[in-house]
Amino acid sequence: MLMLTCPYCGIKADETELTPGGEAHLTRFGPEASDEDFESYLFQRKNPKGVHFERWRHAYGCGKWFLAARDTATLEVFGTYPAQSKAPPKRLLTAIRRKRPGWEGWE
Amino acid sequence: MPGSRGFDVKRYSVFAIAREALRWHRGWERAWATPEPKPEYDVVIVGGGGHGLATAYYLGKNHGITNVAVVEKGWLGGGNTGRNTTIIRSNYLQDPSAAIYEKARSLYETMSQDLNMNVMFSPRGVMMLAQTEHEVRGYKRTEMANALQGVKTEFIGPERVKELCPIIHIEGPRYPVLGALWQARGGTARHDAVAWGYARACSAMGMHILQNTEVTGITRDASGVTGIETSRGRIATRKLGLVVAGHSGQLAEMAGFRLPIESLALQALVSEPIKPCMDVVVMANTVHGYMSQSDKGEMVIGGGTDGFNNFTQRGSFHHIEETVRALIETFPMLSRLKMLRQWGGIVDMTGDRSPIISTTPVPGIFVDCGWGTGGFKAIPGSGWAMAELMAKGQPGPLAEAFGLSRFREGRFIDESVAAGVAH
Ligand SMILES: Cc1cc2nc3c(=O)[nH]c(=O)nc-3n(C[C@H](O)[C@H](O)[C@H](O)COP(=O)(O)OP(=O)(O)OC[C@H]3O[C@@H](n4cnc5c(N)ncnc54)[C@H](O)[C@@H]3O)c2cc1C
Ligand SMILES: [Zn+2]
Repeated sequence: MLMLTCPYCGIKADETELTPGGEAHLTRFGPEASDEDFESYLFQRKNPKGVHFERWRHAYGCGKWFLAARDTATLEVFGTYPAQSKAPPKRLLTAIRRKRPGWEGWE
Repeated sequence: MPGSRGFDVKRYSVFAIAREALRWHRGWERAWATPEPKPEYDVVIVGGGGHGLATAYYLGKNHGITNVAVVEKGWLGGGNTGRNTTIIRSNYLQDPSAAIYEKARSLYETMSQDLNMNVMFSPRGVMMLAQTEHEVRGYKRTEMANALQGVKTEFIGPERVKELCPIIHIEGPRYPVLGALWQARGGTARHDAVAWGYARACSAMGMHILQNTEVTGITRDASGVTGIETSRGRIATRKLGLVVAGHSGQLAEMAGFRLPIESLALQALVSEPIKPCMDVVVMANTVHGYMSQSDKGEMVIGGGTDGFNNFTQRGSFHHIEETVRALIETFPMLSRLKMLRQWGGIVDMTGDRSPIISTTPVPGIFVDCGWGTGGFKAIPGSGWAMAELMAKGQPGPLAEAFGLSRFREGRFIDESVAAGVAH
C-alpha cells in the first residue's frame, strides 16, 4: 500500500487517507492565454514512466494539499513537500538523482 | 481467409475438428507466422493488442494494404486486451461514440465467421442499473439518444431487472434498484481469441506479426516519420500507427509530441467457479462495480480505476475492497464466494474520457489510444476507423470527431454520464 508523509501534520498516511490530484507544478493559464497554452494547462500531461511530481490531499487528515515525488514504474516514494513550493526542493532532487542516475530532471 | 499470399493458414471447421480427433490432434498448426523483421514496411503498427491488430487487419481487408508489420514488445494481447472483463455494449450518450461503438458491436456479431476463429461473442444482454433518481433520469435520456442513433436500448423497471437477473437484491439498504438501461444485444466475447483471430488473419494476408520486439525510438526528418528503432534493429516506414494504450505517452515522447493522456491502473478479479447463476452482464455505476459469469462459472468482477499515475499493472487493495463491498450489497449471495485471482492493466485516460483516433503533429504518424477502461468493445470499430485514417491520411466519418484538435477547440465528447465506472 502506498504511504505518504503529510508535510503539514507529519503523519505517515496510507493511501486510504489520501486523494490523488494529478501532475504538480502546472503553470496556470487564464483568459488571455493562447489556445495552445490553455490546452496544455488543461489537458497535456507528462505522464512519465518513472519519476513523477504530483499533488495529493490529506483528505481524511488535515485536509490540506501537498506535493510528492514518486516513481510510477516502481511505486517508490522519494519524498513529500508543501503545496506552496514553486519547484521541488533541491534536497529532494539530489536524492532522486542519486537513485536514478540517468534521470532527465523535472522540467 | 482473406488473401492467400501470406502464411498458409488451414481453415478451422467442424470437419477439421473431426479430422484431428481421429489422429490424436497432432495436425494442428501454428496460427500465425513468426518471421524475421524486414528492413522496411509500407505501414508499421506499434502495439499488438486488439486495436493494433484490428487496424492491420482492416488495412488489408478494406484498403488492400498488406506490406504491414505489427510490432509488439511482449506477446499478443498481453496488454489490456488480455486483461479486460470483455463487456461489449454500445449504449453511449453522444452521437460519435454511439456510431463507433455500435459499428464495433455489429462487427462482433459476425467476427467469428469473418476471421474463421471462434471469438465466443455472447450477446447475453447488458444492464446498467439505476440506483439513484439522478441515474434514472440519466439513463432515460440515454435511451432517447439511443433511439435517435438507431441503437436499440430500453429503460426497464425493477421487476424486469429481477426477472432478468434473479440474484439481484432489488431493495438494497443504501441504493435500491430503481430500474436499468437494458441493451439486449450487448454481451461478452473471448478476449484472447479476438487478438489471435486478427493476428491469424493478418498473417494469412502476408503481414508480419513481430512479438518480443520493443520499440525504443522513433526517427523522423523534415518531411515526417522515417522509421522506428526496436530491440531487434531499425525498421523503416513512412506510415506509423501508435496503438499502445497506457504507453501512448511514452511513444508520443519518442516522436516529440505530447498527448492529453494519463496512465492509471484498473483492476479486475474472478471468483471460484460456481454453477450458472446469472446469464446477463450487470453494471452498477453508482456503487462502482460490475459483474458477469464466465463460461467456466467464475464471477468476473470489476470496478473503477485507481486514482494515481501508475505503470506497474498492480492496483491498490482498497479498490478491490470497495468494489466487492458494493457488489455484495446488490448481490448478497456473493458474500460467501472465494475470490481466486486479481490483476491490473494500465489504462490510458484522456481529458474527456473519450478515445483519440487522429493524425499527429508529425506527418506520417497516427495515434489510436485513450480507450481507457472501455476499449475492448470498440476493437473492430476502432480498427476499421484507424485503418481508414491511415490508408487515406484523413479521418472517415467514424474517426472524425475523435481528433486531437478537440482538446484545443473545446469540442469534447463527454461520456461521463454514460460511463461512471470502468467497463
Ligand atoms: C481490468 C480491466 C478491465 C477492462 N474491462 C473492459 C470491459 O469490460 N469492456 C471493455 O470494452 N473494455 C474493458 N477494458 C479496457 C480494454 O481492455 C482496453 O481499452 C483495450 O483492451 C485496449 O486495447 P489496445 O489494443 O488499445 O491496448 P493493449 O491491449 O494494452 O495493447 C497495447 C500493446 O502495446 C504494447 N506496447 C506498449 N509499448 C510498446 C513498445 N514500446 N513497443 C512495442 N509494443 C508496445 C503493449 O505490450 C500492449 O500489448 C478493461 C481494461 C482493464 C485493464
Ligand atoms: Zn496532514
